[in-house]
Amino acid sequence: MTEPSPIVEMQGISIAFPGVKALDNVDFRLFPGEVHTLMGENGAGKSTLIKALTGVYQIDSGSVLIGGQEQHIHGTAEAQSAGISTVYQEVNLCTNLTIGENVMLGHEVRGWSGVNWRATHRAATEALAKLGLGHLDTRRPLSSISLALQQLVAISRAMVTDSKVLILDEPTSSLDANEVDGLFQVMRGLRDQGVAILFVSHFLDQVYAISDRLTVLRNGKYEGEYLTRELDRTALISKMIGKDLEVLKSLGSNRQAEERDRTVTPLVKATGIGRAGSVEPTDLDLHRGEIVGFAGLLGSGRTELARLLYGADRPDSGEVEIEGKKTEIHTPVDGLDHHIAFSTENRRDEGIVGDLSVRENLILAVQAKRGWARPLSRRDQDAIVGKYMTALNVRPADPDRPVKNLSGGNQQKVLLGRWLATNPELLILDEPTRGIDVGAKAEIQQSVAELAEGGVAVVFISSELEEVVRLSERIVVLKDHRKIGEIVNGPDVTAQEVVDIIAAHGTEAALESDIIDPEGKD
Amino acid sequence: MSTTERRTVGGLRVLMRRQFFWGIIAILLLLLVNVLKDPSFLSVSVNSTNGNLVGNLVDILRASAPILMIAVGMSLVVATGGIDLSVGSIMVVAGAVSMEFLKANGQSGGVALGALGAALAVSALLGVVNGILVSVVGLQPFISTLVMMLAGRGLAKVITSGQNTAASNGPFRWIANGYVIGLPVVVLLAVVVVLLVALVVRRSALGLMIEAIGVNPKASRMAGIKPRGLLITVYALSALLAGIAGVFATASVMTVDVSRTGYQLELDAILAVVIGGASLAGGKFSMGGAVVGALLIATLDKTIVFLGVSSSATPAFKAAVIIVLCLLQSERVRNLFTQRRAARARAPKESVTA
Repeated sequence: MTEPSPIVEMQGISIAFPGVKALDNVDFRLFPGEVHTLMGENGAGKSTLIKALTGVYQIDSGSVLIGGQEQHIHGTAEAQSAGISTVYQEVNLCTNLTIGENVMLGHEVRGWSGVNWRATHRAATEALAKLGLGHLDTRRPLSSISLALQQLVAISRAMVTDSKVLILDEPTSSLDANEVDGLFQVMRGLRDQGVAILFVSHFLDQVYAISDRLTVLRNGKYEGEYLTRELDRTALISKMIGKDLEVLKSLGSNRQAEERDRTVTPLVKATGIGRAGSVEPTDLDLHRGEIVGFAGLLGSGRTELARLLYGADRPDSGEVEIEGKKTEIHTPVDGLDHHIAFSTENRRDEGIVGDLSVRENLILAVQAKRGWARPLSRRDQDAIVGKYMTALNVRPADPDRPVKNLSGGNQQKVLLGRWLATNPELLILDEPTRGIDVGAKAEIQQSVAELAEGGVAVVFISSELEEVVRLSERIVVLKDHRKIGEIVNGPDVTAQEVVDIIAAHGTEAALESDIIDPEGKD
Repeated sequence: MSTTERRTVGGLRVLMRRQFFWGIIAILLLLLVNVLKDPSFLSVSVNSTNGNLVGNLVDILRASAPILMIAVGMSLVVATGGIDLSVGSIMVVAGAVSMEFLKANGQSGGVALGALGAALAVSALLGVVNGILVSVVGLQPFISTLVMMLAGRGLAKVITSGQNTAASNGPFRWIANGYVIGLPVVVLLAVVVVLLVALVVRRSALGLMIEAIGVNPKASRMAGIKPRGLLITVYALSALLAGIAGVFATASVMTVDVSRTGYQLELDAILAVVIGGASLAGGKFSMGGAVVGALLIATLDKTIVFLGVSSSATPAFKAAVIIVLCLLQSERVRNLFTQRRAARARAPKESVTA
């Protein structure tokens, strides 16, 4: 097979944001007539790479060649004229306009008296017909069709400009199986016409069903480019999750499976807790002094389950007992009242309050618990601020600086401090180490281990399986919004084992193993 | 350079970084314009018969009192990411309630207190309704308070049966026209109320929480802040302050003019907050900024009268001054100026060759 020349070639791309290197010397190639999947966990740099290609971000170093010529793209309009169109996860269309208007927006057919709507709708129908959607009535409002069809309309809108490169950023995340098949049919059609498709998805099965080639990124670094048929799932997951630096290995490595008396009443006992569309009913016991890891890929339900435990989302099934007493946890306030703390994976949107100072961010949860009428005295504030800034080594050690000016790692420490200050009995940490440097990572892991020693129940979620395996006593494995197993950690349990469970589940026959109990019970 | 000098320069720099710095400059410039027109503009004299201070500056302070009240309330509402368009209408409701109460009940000081209490209670109630519409019903603040703005003026007309009710009551009149130690009572009251609100907001955790939900509502919810009670409190406080402003405005003439009292003052309040450097998107707020903004608007109104700008040109004149001020505050415009200055600094070399 002769390889044609790539339509897009990105070489040595680096982009730095304050406090974090989002992309570090990343290469990427895209050939005409192929579906190329960009793989990587959260924060690996997938979106950043796409935004570098479409000109949303300016690259610090490296070059972008399109059709063999170096191009400097500033903004999506330039990207489009260079033949690159993007369809984002959330459909970026105007639901109040008609289907035809959406498809042709900005490319309306003009006659002598302005827009010729009849010709415009005819052109829209033609564009839709190319994707097998000729049956849609272009004069109906976009809101009248399903999300899946809207997704396809978005693609046909992208193809109106005769794009040579089509970027699909997680197009399948809200589609069901049939809808995904429809989308894939359209994608195959476009591929056969010679369009280069850059695809991002977190669903492994989909990746293997559609893509010809894979590029794996990890922590902003280029991990490798592979032909999909030459890389099996297990190998792919390992590459995405990777091995961490030796520094981290020294930390509480491979905790011994302590003989725990499981008949003791757990701190939190969840029975059939679930929420339609995000987590299927799940049973879970959390004991004091125990670190429980949630393992699974992005979108597996690991975050969603954690949110239910805290009350960030309201569970619509199941019940929770705290120390044997039935309890309703429907809002974060309920969670806090029951000494549960949840540090979100979405640090910027749901974690820090950027314009406020480090001090204010640290005391926020404690203050919220007390209510506004009972302010913390300056001395109590100083005590909290002093204690956690020292214990967690927050840099710079200036509590009056706006927290948004700190690096990601230090913001994360401030958040951890905020939750520790509430004296939680159950601490849920969702990706506490994502996107932060190794030093800060080690410090945070250290703190987590110490907390558990002190009797706090900890739920630890990380896309770095190594980290989960190293810290946890018990690992709950999730896939496709379901708990698929539970492993009691021991010296011989490795990340590989978890990877195998995830890769095997639901593909061929369920893996037979004595450690895995698919129901997690009985 | 001596140390004191250096300290002054440093202090000036800190002040310059404050958003309301340009507001202060604008006030000074307006005063300067007035002085150019009449050198005695700034003079404050003591009335020999009763020892009261009189002068244009005193007039400005007196006129700023109602705007000060609603601007402080508005600054809190804006900090939550909301807006309160109903303050002008709540002013007229407070005025209508107090005038009707006085008219029905007579002259004593107790009646004056009763009128004050009734006016403020009704105002606060309307604010609670605003807060409930915003936080419980989930309407947009703009719409909720727009509804209240229309309803409030209507309510005032119902209370007075469409009349401009006048009443006479010495103690009530004293609120707006009396003097204590030579200073107008209304100014002293305004200062006390502003300090009180500042104290409550900054000494409790109210300010912190208002800013937190204004900056990042999602993160605040995750941190356990209950926005509902907080928003109701803030809208109620804004309305209560508007009620005080309404009492100030009506007590000075002892008449409520149902179609003109407080008319469009919500816009003055919003302007004052913006001039004070707050972002309408919510977040950090500065009461000092709101105070500067309110003083500026009062100074501007006085200047317009003093210069004899024709009443038909008044809105345009006011708009022009405020636009210039907003441009000066805009970071983008300032950057543009700095760039041009930098370019000009580089330019001379090139101009030699040209």
